[in-house]
Amino acid sequence: MASTIRLQREDFDAAAEAAKLTRGRSDIGAVVTFTGICRGSESGDPIAALTLEHYPGMAEAEISRHVEDAQARWPLLGVTVIHRYGRMMPGENIVLVVTASSHRQAAFAAAEFLMDYLKTRAPFWKQVESVSGKTWVEAQQADDAAAKRWNKPPGREAAE
Amino acid sequence: MSQLKLIYFSWVRERVGKAEEEVAPPKDVVTVSELMSWLARRGEEYAHAFENPKVIRAAIDRSHVRPDTAIAGAREIAFFPPMTGG
Repeated sequence: MASTIRLQREDFDAAAEAAKLTRGRSDIGAVVTFTGICRGSESGDPIAALTLEHYPGMAEAEISRHVEDAQARWPLLGVTVIHRYGRMMPGENIVLVVTASSHRQAAFAAAEFLMDYLKTRAPFWKQVESVSGKTWVEAQQADDAAAKRWNKPPGREAAE
Repeated sequence: MSQLKLIYFSWVRERVGKAEEEVAPPKDVVTVSELMSWLARRGEEYAHAFENPKVIRAAIDRSHVRPDTAIAGAREIAFFPPMTGG
């Protein structure tokens, strides 16, 4: 299976990344593209910018482990994960997950699985800049709960 | 114990006041949790960083570990708050 994992400072082109996964292939019937975007407010307060700190080396390894896990759970034909780091402004892209499969269920489920794990297990930390200064974003219990629901591995019925 | 590389991220890094360092903890420091207690006794900035060890996550050689994991054989141990990527 084609898989691409990139950590980068620069922006990405979601449409171009999705097109790369399907170009020249007729076995793929479904592509799901998820883009996480920097909001202009955090907990109701407007923010000026967001800075993503990461653990180089571990971030790649951790994302690779989850991509392999996703491949073991669903019949995927391609996965691309791009996570940016550094400083970004509201409206800018932060993260991209693209999953390709023969049928939509596997592509949808794998994209959601990967995003839930990126939020809670990939070593990235968000800091927001606002009028009141710089503050680290606190982890959300809802994100932990979302990741936990994948602890019981599903069957491969999602492929049908 | 031989030299061990420690790396800190996010507010753990800010409170400790450095991104990484080499340390040589004594032999009776066996687990990740004991390493945090030992670090907390190294000075005010460490005491502040590790004042609530339950919220701090750890990784040994770039894999997540639990606080009761033994540190023997580790080359690099990272401490950080719960992750907020994605």
